[in-house]
Amino acid sequence: MHIATSQAFKKNAHDALGNAGLQKALARSGPSFIARRAAAVAALPEFEELRNTGRDIKNHALANLDFYLEAYEAKVLESGGKVHWCADAGEARAVVLAICQAANARTVTKGKSMIGEEIAINDHLEENGIQPIETDLGEYIIQLRHELPSHIIAPAFHLNMDDWESAFRKAHTDLPADRTFNERRDVLIEARTKLRSKFLAADVGITGANFLIAETGSSIIVTNEGNGDLTQTLPRVHIVLASIEKCVPTLEDATSLLRLLARSATGQDFSVYTTFSTGARRPGDLDGPEEYHVVLIDNGRSAMLGTDFQDMLRCIRCAACMNHCPVYGAVGGHAYGWVYPGPMGSVLTPGLIGVDKAGHLPNASTFCGKCESVCPVKIPLPGLMRHWREREFERHLTPGATRTNMGLWAFLARRPWLYRLATRASSAALGWLGRKKGRFSSLPLVTGWTDGRDLPAPEGDTFFARYARSGRGR
Amino acid sequence: MSKQSILTAIRRGLKRGPLPEQQAVMLQRRMAEHPRHLIPARSRLPHAQQVDLFVRNVEKEFGSVARVADMASVPGAVADYLAAQNLPGSLIMAPHPELRAIPWSTRPLLEIREGRAEATDAVSIQHAFAAIAETGTLMLPSSPQRPVTLNLLADTEIAVLRSSVIVGAYEEAWDKLRAEIGAMPRNVMLITGPSRSADIEQTLELGAHGPRRLHVVLVEDAGS
Repeated sequence: MHIATSQAFKKNAHDALGNAGLQKALARSGPSFIARRAAAVAALPEFEELRNTGRDIKNHALANLDFYLEAYEAKVLESGGKVHWCADAGEARAVVLAICQAANARTVTKGKSMIGEEIAINDHLEENGIQPIETDLGEYIIQLRHELPSHIIAPAFHLNMDDWESAFRKAHTDLPADRTFNERRDVLIEARTKLRSKFLAADVGITGANFLIAETGSSIIVTNEGNGDLTQTLPRVHIVLASIEKCVPTLEDATSLLRLLARSATGQDFSVYTTFSTGARRPGDLDGPEEYHVVLIDNGRSAMLGTDFQDMLRCIRCAACMNHCPVYGAVGGHAYGWVYPGPMGSVLTPGLIGVDKAGHLPNASTFCGKCESVCPVKIPLPGLMRHWREREFERHLTPGATRTNMGLWAFLARRPWLYRLATRASSAALGWLGRKKGRFSSLPLVTGWTDGRDLPAPEGDTFFARYARSGRGR
Repeated sequence: MSKQSILTAIRRGLKRGPLPEQQAVMLQRRMAEHPRHLIPARSRLPHAQQVDLFVRNVEKEFGSVARVADMASVPGAVADYLAAQNLPGSLIMAPHPELRAIPWSTRPLLEIREGRAEATDAVSIQHAFAAIAETGTLMLPSSPQRPVTLNLLADTEIAVLRSSVIVGAYEEAWDKLRAEIGAMPRNVMLITGPSRSADIEQTLELGAHGPRRLHVVLVEDAGS
């Protein structure tokens, strides 16, 4: 497993703020994601209504998940495929390895898969002498650099051109010395050439799945590069990694969700390749895999059903929440310390690795609400983060100073006259102390605030005093 | 082993046992009837305008379209496109009856092989089963007559599409597939423009791992 560093979020975030390359990448790419989504949404007047449709489809699928998964399995078997049910990451890793070993696999090509990251399948294959090769361009360089993706649809979001060049020069030892990487195109051509031979040589291809369809027994992948299709078409064996909540009832249900997915993710109307795979090669077919395996993984999802966090299982992994998040935009994805960054990660990660290990993440939010407002399936992300904060508090995982301060605040908040007295006194004192500069660049007890920015000095009366004077309180 | 424990865990979460018979029948019916949801108004047009919308959307997504009057004009359109792009005249073609019936011998410089694509093939000719105007998307279900590698390995993919099979929305294409093919084919690709990636500095570059060029030869057989 990847060692989660979510516990060190504060340090990670601090380091990220001082990382010049990362800050350059965030400043360049953040605004473009937002603008592209906005344009795609503006061009589809029905988009808001489709968000309700998307939410309802996923809610229906989750409420009947046991039924649809069994229906899905029956269809996969009918079309000559196999389904392997795995309760956790360990079972899934063992099943994938066994399939690869039975195929005498030496190399395995991989399409981009977040559940693949979650179960750390690459490490497991490598430890057992099988070479996994990531073929999505972003995942490829991440693999060369031995990193986790920093974004769920743009794994190399944090990198700049010079990072690409240095990673390629280091890994592609056959590169002529006079080879130049002046343009992005040069990088793309080098990767395309290098990976083409890997596609052709691989014994097994592993992809993820954006959706599973119960009606037909199909798995869907969505890509722009075509790497996922080469991965699942050329090798003799195709393995699909999918978590259980990916299952939807029909082609029509998947189609409605696909209308939301690309627009929310990259701002495209539709991705270049949306591919439905159903079973193994049929009689007479000239290409396609001879074996088709679906590794169906629970790994903590069923435990979220029926809890406050069931809504999170609607997630279709579009990344709109992180693209619009001011916290992600400031610190990038690696600070979150595990596979899933941004608001969706702040809700999902505590559910998968424990709130004791990932408690900082749901606290790393301003609750500005942007994530919820752009979520294509209307997951109430800030509300779910608040639930985690409550659980953290109930389990006494919150730091002592925070608990003391919250206790003090609660004591005051329950006694309005005392609360008003205290706020009036402290705002008057701060106003007097800061009357010259109008702000504080450092202040005892609130260094968590003033370390990163100035605290404005209060001016004039308190809100309550003004409200009472305006006469609107009656 | 894990199957039962996963199903049990799901039911425990949903606070119920296996679905009662009556409810299961209802869900079976929902799958069999596969009701449509909201379909965007943009493709609710007379057919001729759907064809125009398809063409506009392919071009918006960096594909190209040549409109020809009949199947007999396809070899000329293909030869002209290859010449204009400075591409070789050797093609790998899907062994589909509609493509085989095209009078290729009118262009003797085109050298045509039938079958699946190999890594050395530069240009492929594919048969489009249907196309979706809503986003300029080709629907390519796999079959012995329509190998998948033709969509992936060649640098240039040329799709021959009859305008009569263009529909407005994806849902209509699914119904056409259910009616004419029946059970779900092994592989169905929905293709919208040529391969691309924005993984390098979030800036779009065409020609990642799939075809760098996608050209549609649109045969106007739908009447006017």
